[in-house]
Amino acid sequence: MGFLSYSFFLYTKLPIQTSEVNKDADAGKLIWQKYNCNACHQVYGLGGYLGPDLTNVYSTRGSKYIQAFLKTGTGAMPQFNLTETETSMLLAFLKTTDASGKSDPKTFIRNYDGTIEQ
Amino acid sequence: MEQLNSNKLTTSKLFILTGVVLIATGMLFGLTGALQYLVPSFIKQYVSFEKIRPLHVSSVVFWIIFAAIGSVLTYLQEYTGKKIYSPLLLKIQFCIFAFTVLIILISYFFGVFGGREYWEFHPLLALPIAISWILFIINFLKSIGSFKNIPVYVWMWLTGLFFFLFTYMESYLWLFPYFRNNVINDMTVQWKSYGSMVGSWNMLIYGCSIFLMEKISGSKKYSHAPIAFVLYFTGLFNLMFNWGHHIYTLPTYSFVKHISYAVSMTELFILGRIIWQWKSSVSTARKHYHHAAYRFLVAADIWIFLTLLLAIAMSIPAINVFTHGTHITVAHTMGATIGINTFLLLAFTFDILQNSCVSINKSLKWINSGYYTANISLFVFWISLIIAGILKAKWQMNDAKIPFATMMLQLRPYFILFFISGIALITGLYFIIFPLLKNQTICYYRKVIKKGATKQQKDFSLYAID
Repeated sequence: MGFLSYSFFLYTKLPIQTSEVNKDADAGKLIWQKYNCNACHQVYGLGGYLGPDLTNVYSTRGSKYIQAFLKTGTGAMPQFNLTETETSMLLAFLKTTDASGKSDPKTFIRNYDGTIEQ
Repeated sequence: MEQLNSNKLTTSKLFILTGVVLIATGMLFGLTGALQYLVPSFIKQYVSFEKIRPLHVSSVVFWIIFAAIGSVLTYLQEYTGKKIYSPLLLKIQFCIFAFTVLIILISYFFGVFGGREYWEFHPLLALPIAISWILFIINFLKSIGSFKNIPVYVWMWLTGLFFFLFTYMESYLWLFPYFRNNVINDMTVQWKSYGSMVGSWNMLIYGCSIFLMEKISGSKKYSHAPIAFVLYFTGLFNLMFNWGHHIYTLPTYSFVKHISYAVSMTELFILGRIIWQWKSSVSTARKHYHHAAYRFLVAADIWIFLTLLLAIAMSIPAINVFTHGTHITVAHTMGATIGINTFLLLAFTFDILQNSCVSINKSLKWINSGYYTANISLFVFWISLIIAGILKAKWQMNDAKIPFATMMLQLRPYFILFFISGIALITGLYFIIFPLLKNQTICYYRKVIKKGATKQQKDFSLYAID
């Protein structure tokens, strides 16, 4: 019962309460999944480790930098040949992800009781 | 009756054999992925890393699930002393599951994704898996008979069955925009489901290991003892509430993290019990060491200790900040999936498949070499990941950051060690599983050759010992 109540609470009161829906970002998330970007990249430290964490790449590197990588690929990253629309949606997803918080572990304060704060 | 000691090739055994084929294939995908860490352009134009990783992960996850289903079904029939409720339903369950997994692996080769990490396949393919699981639950419940005074392992199987279905469906809530339109909400629910899902298949596996231990020892005391139920409830409590340790750095509810931190610390009780019972475990191991299946249980015990030690450390948020997003997490996963899950599943596999028409004793030399090679190389593999993780953690916490690519170059010696020990690990595991597959294949072909024989002769030719 405790588990079901806990689950029900989380489903009905999601951590971020917002009525605002960014359709481009939502479509961008599906593009992220379509090309399985998570196989190599992380968001908030979760994902594959071949490439860097992209949570805050939008603010640290900028959209031009991301676009260049998407266009040319790298030694390990293939050229995905994304369409213009797909690229702009993916950028919208990375932009909203960036705005959701900071993933840099250095920004956390470690307390003596083992807990952390940001 | 589909008995453990029966020589008949049952659907339950087919589940295990399919799992064995999946791990054999999955390890090759893993090796290819490890090589791409060293030579990023290696066969990139055919199967780049975003394809290889899901091929590896899904094959290995499905090995765990297939072998766990096969083991639970075999031991369930041993426990009840009766045939499964509906062999036809079981065959349908197998066909749906096996066919879907085949489609999933093929779709990865063609770069067809759409799902999320660990379930990267197109969400439409999630449906047949859920249907097949429901058939599993129906057959299980109809076969169990009375629920009076059931041993702890049956409770564990029931828990695993229902929690897997629940968490599997929960992991697809992202299909509703309400859940996915904010990355924090989406990841909170995603890791809630994943964390508990791992716990649910562990329940199936640990339940089987208790069954097997009792079978080997000949005593049925433990599965009704209060300590068994205390440990079961500790596991269940962790399954339900400790998933938050995956997302300590995610800006989600703080109480999710505090609950997880507190609940994870109850695992210290399990760790303490392992240490407390160490001496008696060693003497029991000596007594049953001649038993191939028991040897895998012993190996899993050692890996439970190492993995639990790492898991408890990683469950402390202040330590997790260092380990999160590094290869230490991978080391933990490898310790759990290979050292614990795979070794336990191999113990069941040996126990269930050893009675074929060819005696497994003929291959004991290979199996022994494989056993030691796999364990030693897994330890080196695990250590190389931990060192790579420590170096990455140092990089993550360093103010004057060097570029990501440079940091990856610095980790290269440990990736080389990881790759070499990975080859040794695969070789060791192949030495173990090859005799099992070979024996089953020989038996299958003997059946085909003697097709004209009477039913009694056919049964003998198929499964009787040479």
